[in-house]
Amino acid sequence: MSTSVAAPPTKSASPLRTPRKKHNPGKPKRSLLLTGLMALMVLYTVAPLIWLVINSTKTQAGLGASNGLWFAHDFALWDNIRTTFTYHDGIFVRWLLNTLLYVVLGAGGATLLAVLGGYALAKFDFPGKRGIFAVVIGAVAVPGTALAVPTFLMFSKMGLTDTPWAVIIPSLVSPFGLYLMWVFAAEAIPTELLEAARMDGANEVRTFFQVALPLLAPGIVTVLLFTTVATWNNYFLPLIMLKDPDWYPLTLGLSAWNSQAETIGGDVIFNLVITGSLITIIPLIAAFLFLQKYWQSGLAAGSVKE
Amino acid sequence: MTTLQPPAAAEPRPAPPPAKRDRRSWTGWGFIGPFVAVFALVFLAPIAYSIYLSLFRNQLIGGNQFVGLDNYTQALKDDQFWQAVGRVALFLAIQVPIMLGIALLVALALDSGRLYGKSFFRITIFLPYAVPAVVATLMWGFMYGTKYGLVGDINEAFGTSLPDLLSPDWVLASIGNIVTWEFVGYNMLIFYSALRVIPTSLYEAAEIDGAGQWRIISSIKLPAIRGAIVIATIFSIIGSFQLFNEPNILRPLARNAITTDYTPNFYTYSLSFNGQQHNYSATVAIIMGVLTMIVAYAVQLRGMRKGA
Repeated sequence: MSTSVAAPPTKSASPLRTPRKKHNPGKPKRSLLLTGLMALMVLYTVAPLIWLVINSTKTQAGLGASNGLWFAHDFALWDNIRTTFTYHDGIFVRWLLNTLLYVVLGAGGATLLAVLGGYALAKFDFPGKRGIFAVVIGAVAVPGTALAVPTFLMFSKMGLTDTPWAVIIPSLVSPFGLYLMWVFAAEAIPTELLEAARMDGANEVRTFFQVALPLLAPGIVTVLLFTTVATWNNYFLPLIMLKDPDWYPLTLGLSAWNSQAETIGGDVIFNLVITGSLITIIPLIAAFLFLQKYWQSGLAAGSVKE
Repeated sequence: MTTLQPPAAAEPRPAPPPAKRDRRSWTGWGFIGPFVAVFALVFLAPIAYSIYLSLFRNQLIGGNQFVGLDNYTQALKDDQFWQAVGRVALFLAIQVPIMLGIALLVALALDSGRLYGKSFFRITIFLPYAVPAVVATLMWGFMYGTKYGLVGDINEAFGTSLPDLLSPDWVLASIGNIVTWEFVGYNMLIFYSALRVIPTSLYEAAEIDGAGQWRIISSIKLPAIRGAIVIATIFSIIGSFQLFNEPNILRPLARNAITTDYTPNFYTYSLSFNGQQHNYSATVAIIMGVLTMIVAYAVQLRGMRKGA
């Protein structure tokens, strides 16, 4: 029954591309000057990343002895990678797994809550709906760090600090995700389709999973990607919540390695900081590149139209 | 910047067609309930608790005592606090216009259809957004350094004496560069998405009327994406006021330039976690929150008025 009516989600996701193509074909002349200026911009964007790649091939000694923009004589990339993963009984692997845990539960949970909530706001009328929107949008304007100290004290009283929950629970709320899903669901799910499903006797849960969910796919990918970035890159929250390095995410671990050079007798391991940084950014950059078709269309649908 | 939230909305899309009266029921709560519950726990409760904390003071004699607004009067007279506020205000007055200006130019260039390799540019310039602030700051911090960094290399190669970018005179600009690098592509994408929604028929009509590219940009494109610009501005302001990650991570490299009260956020953090002054820290955080909201609201009003 209901499954057969699911329209291809892409249709509603990219309503903006097609008409533009038709616009006076070949009219805007391509400009070398403009392209050149943009190339400068790209240079600014990628220069630090290139620096990171080049310098992850150097030993700690090589870092100091060689020019930052070119390779040193010894090519130590593989050695650096191995050392990064094995240093200090493989604590980096632990941090990587922690980060994955926080992303799966935090970003995954945030996306789930945003999808459910956005669907409710878009397709149901219920008591308190306007109030919820006002409060959520108002709260977004409250600086997250203003909440950090009280949240820490609260969690500390609940015995949650220094446990993964202290990082995961606050990650579960993404007001931006909620907003994006709301706008997206309003556009992507025809209300008649839901009514037809209900008429066929499907209950709300089934209607949601079988009719609505497939239509929401591009929006879900977009929200998932942005909540993943937020969780993967999170630094401040774990910094205040976690004492035990065994629960650190990658970001906190890397900055700990970096400041290790300062402590008296501390091992100077900038080569591992650099290689670890490189390893940390690769998964997200890969995700953005592979999924760009989805998230860009999802974002376009959520952009503010006037 | 700590948690620069992607633009949540100023106004939602024209709300979905109002559901019929008889469908108004509690069913929707089944779907939004979980979000609201967690939201109350991690947003509303801390705000309430923060206000509660700010009314007390932990005294050597007498323990935790209700002091009314004493903490607030103390904060308003606190030079350390206002210096930090001044620093982020200066930061935002310079960094935000530069960042958003570049983002806008790039978005307009992408939208103009005059570029070779457009999608390459779009995705490449966006990429830094996927880089954690920690990694971005570490990279730039190393590059700034005179020891391993580019500045040192350049000085050596050309015999120049570029300033130490981690010295007290330069470190704020250096942080500005990191933040710009991190978020220029993100803001570009917001502007670009908004530009793509403009109906092309408007351009055709303008061209028939003899409008050039600049005229189309100033009379159609910019007014059409004003909403996106206002939102990006507000979120950049919030981000600037919250500045913490970059200075904190840069601190080991620039210890004499970045003090523990460098930004208001840094100050609240130090008060709370190094000084155990939780009550005063909560007060400072609340004042910063209110200040941020006032500025954000003023920007929003101004943005709207221009539109009228």
